[in-house]
Amino acid sequence: MALTLEDVKRVADLARIAIDEAEARAVLSQLNDVFKLIAEMQAVDTRGVAPMSHALDVVQRLREDSVTESDRHVLFQSVAPQVESGLYLVPKVLE
Amino acid sequence: MHNATLKSLSVSLAARAFSSVELTRHFVNRINRLNPKYNCFITLDAERSLEQAEAADRMRSAGRAQPLTGIPIAQKDIFCAQGWLTTCGSKILSNFTSPYDAHVVERLNAAGAVTLGKTNMDEFAMGSSSETSYYGPVRNPWDVDKVPGGSSGGSAAAVAARLAPGAIGTDTGGSIRQPAALSGICGLKPTYGVVSRYGMIAFASSLDQGGPMARSAEDLALLLNVMAGFDPRDSTSLEREHEDYTRELGKPLKGLKIGLPQEFFAAGAAPGVVKAVEAAVAEFRKIGAETVEVSLPNMKLSVPVYYVLAPAEASSNLARYDGVRYGYRAPEYSDLMDMYRKTRSHGFGPEVKRRILIGTYVLSHGYYDAYYIQAQRVRSLIARDFAEVFKRCDVIMGPTSPTTAFRIGEKMGDPVQMYLNDIYTIPANLAGLPGLSIPCGSDATGLPVGLQIVGNYFAEAKMLGIAHQYQLATDWHLRIPPGCEA
Repeated sequence: MALTLEDVKRVADLARIAIDEAEARAVLSQLNDVFKLIAEMQAVDTRGVAPMSHALDVVQRLREDSVTESDRHVLFQSVAPQVESGLYLVPKVLE
Repeated sequence: MHNATLKSLSVSLAARAFSSVELTRHFVNRINRLNPKYNCFITLDAERSLEQAEAADRMRSAGRAQPLTGIPIAQKDIFCAQGWLTTCGSKILSNFTSPYDAHVVERLNAAGAVTLGKTNMDEFAMGSSSETSYYGPVRNPWDVDKVPGGSSGGSAAAVAARLAPGAIGTDTGGSIRQPAALSGICGLKPTYGVVSRYGMIAFASSLDQGGPMARSAEDLALLLNVMAGFDPRDSTSLEREHEDYTRELGKPLKGLKIGLPQEFFAAGAAPGVVKAVEAAVAEFRKIGAETVEVSLPNMKLSVPVYYVLAPAEASSNLARYDGVRYGYRAPEYSDLMDMYRKTRSHGFGPEVKRRILIGTYVLSHGYYDAYYIQAQRVRSLIARDFAEVFKRCDVIMGPTSPTTAFRIGEKMGDPVQMYLNDIYTIPANLAGLPGLSIPCGSDATGLPVGLQIVGNYFAEAKMLGIAHQYQLATDWHLRIPPGCEA
């Protein structure tokens, strides 16, 4: 499955990564090399094989619905680029 | 002092031969002198390290010393450490001082270990050479024009150059084992779920595992004893009985069945690597093991499976780097979307961007089943191959890497060439199995060769015991890179 320049621009947009025409072309040929590698995997007959997401037979651990965390927002926001009144500041989203 | 194993330093500290402050200062001085040559460390803070050393000495005076108390440990810059700059080798975290400690760091601190510094690595752990770091490449102490391997190259080089007696790293597709092999040291990737991923900056969550790096199997066991254990904050952390990973070190090898997968010895590995590994296998036979030919028929699919799954998971994990709550934010932008795009484009290096794009593509509408789900199915087949093999042998052995250390810059132009380096290490990550690399020889130019041992789930103690017996009969693990003796 060969990618097109349009594909590269589309996924770059989805990933919120700015990519100009020249970069997109360079990346396109590299991505296509990787997809050639992946093609072998595509061809394998996996009918009847369950997808594996974890090595062992485990299930998501659950816990009691009780409060266990404390409010540490001052500490966590101490590393933020721009904060005011406990809110993270970003450019205006709504007009 | 710097040539002593972690174990013997522990014994010396207990015997009050020297203090942790003296020991730490010794390494701090060595680092100041030699680190510029190898670029192992991104962040150092001698004052802080010495404060921790003082605390360790007080812990000892109070009678509360543990095996790792007072021992300086280098930490891959992927582990969040409170109050330390934690960059993950990336510009996008180049201003991030972590507000909290990773679970593994908490455990090392509780054991009284000393943080020697934060080691250099491939950006976001994506690489096999430690060349993609925003902080420049790490150089192999055996030959400074060569790579130490990656992504835990800084940790590997620090241990190899005797700048630290032990280090911690992470392994997603081989990032502990391969740099251990290329740098001539020992490294272990535990069974998935044994070491908590809390505070370990995420790359591919179903594959990432933290593990120890040091110069002997015994040292790895001492480190793993502190690192391993259940942590409720990691959703995939396993609740198991506590283990002492040193318990099988003294066990004789007689009767051990070693599986040699034909796919690990097929064409592809450099002749010098094959020769050293075959010699190591012969040594194992000499000390009492038997070998049996086995097969992992789906092994060659590991690389494509990994390069679908890991980038997919990475694209999701790296979505959090948007300049809003922490890390680098682009200095100028016109609106929110522009802020995201500029922050991420300027903040991530080319390999990271490449993998995010691959991952985004394979997870996108219309492609998810063909790529991601297919990869998870083939992953099952790979895990099944191992299950079959472990019916016929106790452990599997083979080369850790197809080559010895390659030249800095040699593979940077061709990502696929770089990816193929991981062919022997990736299968264990996909299956969740423990994998260990120990030095077993050198090639014609004197560069180290690593032997990989892969065990069944939770076989770490057995694997470390096997490696220890080999290390009693050989001395590859004691060799010192030129210029690192004094």
